[in-house]
Amino acid sequence: MRLSSLARGLLAAITIVVLAAIYLPLVVVLVNSFSTSTSLTWPPPGFTLEWWVKAFGNAGALDAVLTSVQVALAATVISLVLGTLASLALQRFEFFGREAVSLLVILPIALPGIITGIALNNAFRTILGLQLSIVTVIVAHATFCIVTVFNNVIARLRLLGTSYEDASADLGAGVWTTFRLITFPQLRSALFAGGLLAFALSFDEIIVTTFTAGSSVKTLPLWILDNLFRPNQAPVVNVIAVVLVLVSIVPIYIAQRIAGAEKIAR
Amino acid sequence: MAADQPAIRLTGLTKTFGAVNAVDGVDLDIAEGEFFSMLGPSGSGKTTVLRLIAGFEQPTSGTVSLFGQDVTDRAPFDRDVNTVFQDYALFPHMSVLDNVAYGLRVRGMPRRERHALAREALATVRLEGYGDRKPGQLSGGQRQRVALARATVVRPKALLLDEPLGALDLKLREQMQVELKELQRELGITFIFVTHDQEEALTLSDRIAVFNEGRIEQLGSPAEIYDKPVSPFVAAFVGTSNILDDTLSRLVLGRGGIHSVRPEKMSIGREDTAIHTDREVAGVLAEVIYVGSSTRLIVDLDIGTRVTVLEQNDADRVGEDERGSRVRVGWDERDTVALAAAPIPADDLPLLTRPEPATR
Repeated sequence: MRLSSLARGLLAAITIVVLAAIYLPLVVVLVNSFSTSTSLTWPPPGFTLEWWVKAFGNAGALDAVLTSVQVALAATVISLVLGTLASLALQRFEFFGREAVSLLVILPIALPGIITGIALNNAFRTILGLQLSIVTVIVAHATFCIVTVFNNVIARLRLLGTSYEDASADLGAGVWTTFRLITFPQLRSALFAGGLLAFALSFDEIIVTTFTAGSSVKTLPLWILDNLFRPNQAPVVNVIAVVLVLVSIVPIYIAQRIAGAEKIAR
Repeated sequence: MAADQPAIRLTGLTKTFGAVNAVDGVDLDIAEGEFFSMLGPSGSGKTTVLRLIAGFEQPTSGTVSLFGQDVTDRAPFDRDVNTVFQDYALFPHMSVLDNVAYGLRVRGMPRRERHALAREALATVRLEGYGDRKPGQLSGGQRQRVALARATVVRPKALLLDEPLGALDLKLREQMQVELKELQRELGITFIFVTHDQEEALTLSDRIAVFNEGRIEQLGSPAEIYDKPVSPFVAAFVGTSNILDDTLSRLVLGRGGIHSVRPEKMSIGREDTAIHTDREVAGVLAEVIYVGSSTRLIVDLDIGTRVTVLEQNDADRVGEDERGSRVRVGWDERDTVALAAAPIPADDLPLLTRPEPATR
């Protein structure tokens, strides 16, 4: 397709503005993490590494990172297992109520977090009589993390069709062998992408977490919210934010590389 | 296993999808070592019958037996037949060798043995040295051969082929037809071949079942199907036929019923020349189509129908420049085939009668 030079210039300008709107604030955070000012003033009055040193010695921050990683990993694993099983059931088998189950699986991602949070808080404490803990956070996160895995896997299953599975059964493989040798290997990248999204979703979740974490559990977003407006902690929060940006670039980059490599192989 | 046991026996096989009878009461015996084709237009039920034999579909009613054993309720992995799929269904994440060895692997054969057998199988389909490639790196014809090797390396009692040559271009198709026939002779097992290509079915098969609307319209040898079609559908679907309806039959043949005559059985001559056939009809030459080895001539007969005549190309043929001129078309009585008016239930046709239930 050919575009006039005016259209091209305009599109380029819009692209630059949009990307700038997304990434300049992140650059500000990066710069602020080296600023001598404690109150996020702009432009920064001076340069210091003090906050970086402090951040890596901050027990609260490090604990929060660890908690978040634990929660996100556990929620992701639960989502991978249940999401895969659900998508297999709904894509490969006919049964009564299939459409209804399909809708019910996807629904949690559309529910406002505050509703999910209040509902789960109620269910855990008053109905099940549970203490709010890291376990309740994990279960809460898994309810909506499943959806990303489910969506990725079901799309892949639809794309694959049943002919590979038919061929495997035809050649003598039972249901489990077919899944292990044929279906699963072809789902791997979909599981990776879905799992990555699930992890990210859990890692920065704040509303549902607030209602299901109780007072003893501090995930990273909760810790940041607590500390952002404390004058002596704000720069440390900046440092944490920069580290998180760097850390999250890596899996996204890997995911893109995998997707690219698959496109070539097909 | 008794010698008179058919390799595959279908009794009253019916499959309904919603309100549609995809397969409608099919009875069929297929002998061991037979090259059997199921021929029909798309939607005629032939592929569904194949999938019922393989076990991918469950019949609504009726049974499937393999060598005397009722396998209707068995899963595909529990049946001694293998399938070559229309799209080949080669596993894209495995090498060609692992694809071929797959059936042996799931049977628990150690790696070294199964790879040796897989290499042998690849050699029989002339693909030595291709084992390390991925299916995506092969051409259509090569994938086709890998699919054949993969399905035959496990020594099935019957091989089911679902339009396996459909995706290949003409040249490759003809070559693969020869290879299929050779492979079948070599293995000595039953091949059940689904196709909508009548020429392919006629070339390859020992017997053909012509499917129409979920039923077997005619069952017989290629010669029987071609020379003695039992219905207008078979006459028109297998090759080209000139069909004379009841009125025209009375007019030309002096008797009622529907009749067909093959274009190559008809002769054509200029109005003033005799053509020495039992029947002769006059008409106007409407179109002359040169097709290389022969010429197809379309004639509008005075009795009010249009026929196609196929003539070998020789010196004195009626030429293109004679379009619009008056001609005579003739054919012999023995080339006139009487057709049943409408599809007749399989049980009523002598050709389709199943063998008496054998004494087991």
